[in-house]
Amino acid sequence: MSQGAATTIAGNTPPVTEKRKKNLLSDGQGTLAGFLISPTMLVILFVVGIPILLSLRESVFRKFTTPDPTTGMIPEGESFVGLQNFTDIFAHPQAVDGAWGNIDRLINSFLNVTFFTIICVAIETVIGVAMALIMARAFRGKGFVRAAILVPWAIPTIVSARMWGLIFDADGVMNKILGQQILWLADNSYSQWAVIIADTWKTAPFIGLLTLAGLQTIPSDVYEAARVDGANAWQQFVRITLPMVKPALVVAVLFRTLDTMRMFDLPWGMIGQGKYYVETISMFAYIENNQLRYGTAAAYSLVLFAYIVLVAFIFIRLLGADVIGDEETRAITEQRKRQKALAKAENRKTKLAKTTITSGEFQS
Amino acid sequence: MTAATSHVTAAELAALNKPRRDWRFWLGKTGIFLGMTFIILYCIAPFYWMVVSSLRLPTMGRDTSFWPNPVSFENYPAVFDPINGFGRALVNSVIVSLSTTLVTLLFGILAAYALARLRFRFKGIVLAVIIGCSMFPGITLLIPLFKMFTGAYPWMPINWMNTYQALIIPSLSFGLPLCVWNLTAFFRQLPVELEQAAMVDGCTPGQAFRKVILPLAAPGVFTTAIITFIAVWNEFMIALTFGTQQNMYTAVVAISKFTGAYGFDTPWGTIMAAGVLVTVPLIIGVLIFQRRIVAGLTAGGVK
Repeated sequence: MSQGAATTIAGNTPPVTEKRKKNLLSDGQGTLAGFLISPTMLVILFVVGIPILLSLRESVFRKFTTPDPTTGMIPEGESFVGLQNFTDIFAHPQAVDGAWGNIDRLINSFLNVTFFTIICVAIETVIGVAMALIMARAFRGKGFVRAAILVPWAIPTIVSARMWGLIFDADGVMNKILGQQILWLADNSYSQWAVIIADTWKTAPFIGLLTLAGLQTIPSDVYEAARVDGANAWQQFVRITLPMVKPALVVAVLFRTLDTMRMFDLPWGMIGQGKYYVETISMFAYIENNQLRYGTAAAYSLVLFAYIVLVAFIFIRLLGADVIGDEETRAITEQRKRQKALAKAENRKTKLAKTTITSGEFQS
Repeated sequence: MTAATSHVTAAELAALNKPRRDWRFWLGKTGIFLGMTFIILYCIAPFYWMVVSSLRLPTMGRDTSFWPNPVSFENYPAVFDPINGFGRALVNSVIVSLSTTLVTLLFGILAAYALARLRFRFKGIVLAVIIGCSMFPGITLLIPLFKMFTGAYPWMPINWMNTYQALIIPSLSFGLPLCVWNLTAFFRQLPVELEQAAMVDGCTPGQAFRKVILPLAAPGVFTTAIITFIAVWNEFMIALTFGTQQNMYTAVVAISKFTGAYGFDTPWGTIMAAGVLVTVPLIIGVLIFQRRIVAGLTAGGVK
């Protein structure tokens, strides 16, 4: 650790020099922070940043597939095709028969992803919140339930896929319990539900855990006050519990949503590849990549990427999911927002003041 | 105020203190009890089915009796039949998960300390990048990495397919954000006064970090290590892509490709036994450290 950085750690304002630091926010700790952060950021640059850029590059190239007219051979290498990898989804659809009729394979997987995400996350949230409410009221056996709830979380998804595969087997226990002869794993709309059930089983307890943590932060006197005012159980739930648990719940639901959108292992291990009723974009792009069609594979993975970014954006903007959860950052953003509003009200140009706030307290 | 001067007698006080136990009370209690039973059944029943199915005779893989009859352990040696290469796969899983966890911890502790404690420019952006990485679709990264590791780029003439580094390096893409995020949450919970006190006593910031913060954060670091380890251990897509030869399968990939030692029919008994073998160590670990893991999961809130 360098000497210069060492003198200015931990919230002490640096000795006032004649030339004021340009950025008061950094408080002189920037150097040390840079040292500490850069290894991580470098790794992220190499394993995330560069691959994304390469993905963008791949998505506008394509392997030669047609023979060169002069030689009659298929040339090695790739050619630049612009956005053709994307537009071919509509121009030259690769029609398959899935749950949504005879449509292009990517659109089919896109609809599958949307369907799975909406249904799974909705069911998981309801079951998870119910679990949290029950656990919050439990007197005895709390530890036991908490242990049980971690079992689905700890099981590898692929093991869970095979486990549910056996349960949903045509001669399996699910059909025995239901007294039916349903071919759950045979690429039909039942297989969609098999995937949904297996996914819900694994992840609803996780939402339950996060919601429980949110529930435990609600002080009990709020409920007492509501009872004194004559609120019944339902009113307490809707007016107190839900609003107060919302920040924790929204973040949990956001993470679950994004995780479901990139689902891969579960349909792969349970139903198999090339099954159009359950094929997700991740699976389709993976198969394309395995065929060494990097261009289309990258294009499809970018479609998923854009979809995920869009959904995350909607969550953060509309539902106010505070994923970062850093008070300082939040305070700065809010201060900037207020300054902007103030500037607008006074009809002058926005001038964002540098801030020196430290821990969530506003000083303007 | 004593009982003698009070207007209520001791008997009346006792009656008032006694909780009301009318029908509502018992209804609520029964409801909670039923709910708890439901949660436990919900979580355990499918797992129970896996264990039971692994204890049947290998020829009775699809049997649906709720208790194995007769109980047989034959599936377990069958898991380690050389044709599955499962022993090697377990070793691979341990190597990959351990090294990924160690690397992420090494980098993650430094970054998380800075994010939790220091004030610097672009902090919001750094946090957003890290959380963004954990929301990423893995497939977007996988395609260029696959092309890179197969030597398809002329500027990178390497063939890393079926090597440990090809399994470990891509795993950092989700392991590192997960680790940094959890650790940041833990470091934030430690009071900053501790370091300030240490520095007043003459520690350099480095010493304050090493001698005060790290020992106190040890439980958090340990929990993060377990959570990261489990995440890498359970990872499938990367392991499936970069380990294409049987001797480089990880345990989950091996399970997905099981053919088993008995016959042509799907060897359900063997698969379930392998599933139990992969899961039980995790479950035991999770049960031992359940308090900490729950704290870690809820603090990090990522996976």
